[in-house]
Amino acid sequence: MNDKVIPIRSEPTGAFEYISTKKDELVGWARKFSLFPYPFVTACCAMEFMAVSSTPYDTDRFGAALPRFSPRQSDLLMVVGTINHKQAPILLKVYEQMCEPKWVMAFGACATSGGFYQNYATVLGIDRIIPVDVYIPGCPPRPEMVIDGIMKLQDKIAREQHFILTKGF
Amino acid sequence: MSDAVFDRVRSGLGDLAQDAAVSHGVLVIDVAPAGVLPLVRGLKASGFDMFLDVTAVDWPGQAPRFEVVWHFYSTTWKVRVRVKTRVAEEQPEVDSLVALYGSAAFMERECHEMYGIRFLGNDDLRPLLLYEGFVGHPLRKDYAKELEQPLVPYREGFQ
Repeated sequence: MNDKVIPIRSEPTGAFEYISTKKDELVGWARKFSLFPYPFVTACCAMEFMAVSSTPYDTDRFGAALPRFSPRQSDLLMVVGTINHKQAPILLKVYEQMCEPKWVMAFGACATSGGFYQNYATVLGIDRIIPVDVYIPGCPPRPEMVIDGIMKLQDKIAREQHFILTKGF
Repeated sequence: MSDAVFDRVRSGLGDLAQDAAVSHGVLVIDVAPAGVLPLVRGLKASGFDMFLDVTAVDWPGQAPRFEVVWHFYSTTWKVRVRVKTRVAEEQPEVDSLVALYGSAAFMERECHEMYGIRFLGNDDLRPLLLYEGFVGHPLRKDYAKELEQPLVPYREGFQ
């Protein structure tokens, strides 16, 4: 046995040793700053996605910088660009492979509504296939709009409730 | 220089071509569907060694409804030739050029799915840009603009 005794410091030091908070707020706060995006990039909005994730705009400030190229490791699906009917099964498969909790961002006019396309090939908005949390309009959207979208999504995540007693409990 | 090439090509056409005229620097040859293969074989022999494109034009209401258009390029003479033929809606068939130009295979597949032109001799006319199970030919003028054929069922609230 180690006979060296580490004394328990009991006198107050003035530092924050513990804080009290609500569980919902704590979980939401932790989640909203650790978004791991999966970029599902199909079209010209990709250029704007590169701009927003690189140095001048820097989504790392929001904890959403490191793209994971496996849907199983990510929790934010960024659908960047036009989705056509031939790609729709792939998008659905990627979405279904993501673990809960997961969020979806429709990046640009095409992912939001099909944009200016209405023809045999294009899905008129990815919300026809998968649920969407944040829509970012624009063709392509400005980086400021994307950052605004990320912040709105963070607000949404922070407001979510996490029940201890779930239905299956 | 291109005029001399075109004159030589035109004089070698014989009675295959229905019409041959230069338009915007391109020699345009109208030909009957049966004459496409011998005509292109002659073009290839006279130096048009590059197959650029095959597509179709839908003329709704006209008697032979579809016009099939090929473009060829000569890397020697640096000139282009356009070959056009008309096929009827009931039997939209022309000869495939795969035996002459291997690159024709993919473009004939695309033309087949978009316009429904059958290329006799090309035995791989599966969908290229479209998907299995797609009904109809979307670039025909009578294909409705709004007609979608989704592969994934839409979520509730969408139809």
